[in-house]
Amino acid sequence: MNDQLIIGGRAFTSRLFLGTGKFGSNPIMKAAILSSGSELVTAALKRVEKGLEQENLLSTLELLKVNLLPNTSGARTAEEAIQCALLAREVFETDFLKLEIHPDPKYLMPDPVETLKAAEELVKLGFTVLPYIHADPVICKRLEDVGTAAVMPLGAPIGSNQGLVSRKFLEIIIEQSRVPVVVDAGIGRPSDAALAMEIGADAVLVNTAIAGAINPEKMASAFKKAVEAGREAYISGLDTLRSHAEASSPFTEFLDLL
Amino acid sequence: MHSFTTVFNNYSWEETLDSIYRKTPDDVLRAIYTPKRSLEDFKALLSPAASQYVKLMAEESRRLTLKRFGKTIQLYIPLYLSNECQNICTYCGFSYDNKLERKTLTDAELLAEAEFVKSMGYRHVLLVSGEANQTVGVDYFENALKLIGPVFDHVSMEVQPLDEHEYKKLMSHGLENVLVYQETYHREDYKIHHPKGKKSNFDYRLETPDRIGRAGVRKMGLGVLLGLDDWRADCFFTGLHVNYLEKAYWKTQYGISFPRLRPCSGGLPPKLPVSDRDFVQIISAYRLFKPEIELSLSTRETPEFRDQLIHLGITSMSAGSKTNPGGYTVASQSLEQFEISDERKVPDVIQAIKSQGYEPVWKDWDKTF
Repeated sequence: MNDQLIIGGRAFTSRLFLGTGKFGSNPIMKAAILSSGSELVTAALKRVEKGLEQENLLSTLELLKVNLLPNTSGARTAEEAIQCALLAREVFETDFLKLEIHPDPKYLMPDPVETLKAAEELVKLGFTVLPYIHADPVICKRLEDVGTAAVMPLGAPIGSNQGLVSRKFLEIIIEQSRVPVVVDAGIGRPSDAALAMEIGADAVLVNTAIAGAINPEKMASAFKKAVEAGREAYISGLDTLRSHAEASSPFTEFLDLL
Repeated sequence: MHSFTTVFNNYSWEETLDSIYRKTPDDVLRAIYTPKRSLEDFKALLSPAASQYVKLMAEESRRLTLKRFGKTIQLYIPLYLSNECQNICTYCGFSYDNKLERKTLTDAELLAEAEFVKSMGYRHVLLVSGEANQTVGVDYFENALKLIGPVFDHVSMEVQPLDEHEYKKLMSHGLENVLVYQETYHREDYKIHHPKGKKSNFDYRLETPDRIGRAGVRKMGLGVLLGLDDWRADCFFTGLHVNYLEKAYWKTQYGISFPRLRPCSGGLPPKLPVSDRDFVQIISAYRLFKPEIELSLSTRETPEFRDQLIHLGITSMSAGSKTNPGGYTVASQSLEQFEISDERKVPDVIQAIKSQGYEPVWKDWDKTF
């Protein structure tokens, strides 16, 4: 079965996206990306140094030939995010953009007002916008309405490894969405990623859980398998939960004959 | 207008210190294992009772730091603009009463220093000066920011406390981060250590972070000079200050530095020495109390100790530092503010960071912001 994910007209076989911010070295990051099978990795403009001879993030990612998803990490307002996006488009030579606006440096909670404002403008400027947002079904619909290519609701605060604490809201978002839903932030274990896929998410984005592992390369492989298993379970149609056994009863068997 | 002074005045130094010293091993263990730490937990982590649990604290600090920051160490370097100073500080080489040749960088010298520092690989610079408003005031800083703005990606400043409108003015020229150390939160001892000059005004200094926050500066660094007074209370008040600021100026990012008193010209020996073990306890206590803040380590510490600390909670380091104006290129012999301990060259420090499995990060900021 051809189970491709299409975002912004681009097809992805892997539904595991990777963040690049926390690896101990570029070779470790490279090994993790390769082992994850990921075809889309994020990179923060604030970390990128173009043109320098020294080994840097951008040259490593370019060598891997993965799709780049620049992010606007560091932006506190719509205006800053748009400036950042314009620069990112030049530096990374892609229209893909992970829109992140978090004025709160402690929990890095996304600002829904500024994010919506920036998304609308960036779509008009021709960007393929993937906004990072709270697991709020209404704001996700509003973003979809202004033309974002996907929505990226959080499972839990960034870097917290708490898993899908927002599960009930993610389920509503997934049920209602016409664009791909990528669960971003909070995924701490392969089982969290599998669960996100089982409930119907189109993809997940992971960084801390892989970069922070003792063996990032192997952990990336574990996430790859978990995402695949979760997706396979979802498209196979998971049986529903039951609160009690459904043994056939001698008192109702006669109904089968009617 | 609300300020930290109102919060601070509710605390007595003696009572605070006493309550820190009365914390028990049970209090410490609870503070280590609880997921959210209160101010009382923070006291326990700083207490003498915690000294037997430093290893456990350091392990938790390492875990929290890896989770938040990953295996990365940001790099920055100080660039001293001037050693002119109108203050008398008992512990500082730049003190007004020290007979030394005073030096303030000219435009050409500043650019030469900046280019040299950039050639070492640095993209983040910390501008430092003494307090001499007539010669090294806001106009001087404004000019300095204009000159070096094109050279660096991120500019921090550690100069005399300024007024809110002055911070705003400097922000419009690219200032992103302001560091201001209270030196000590002990009001009376502060007076003893700062007998003359504008710096002797304890309250003006105490309210500086409020002015920085109101101006909307993106990042702010706090700290005390470890060794001036009892570090346990001083570190508690630093944490209390950050706790207050986080709620008042919620868009600002906070950092803490922990300079230990170092030898300098005319300086005094530490009143209360801070051992290496105490130092690890301090880093771990800050990290456990505030998992999201940046913790910076200067070249005041020895190479061997710095290499070990990479794993235990710090997130940024300086390397190859000179603490005298013009020290990199134009006036290498001018008097330094304090003696540094880690005199390794930048490539050696980079190698040390890499060999510990960490990535040195030169750039973590973009002018777009």
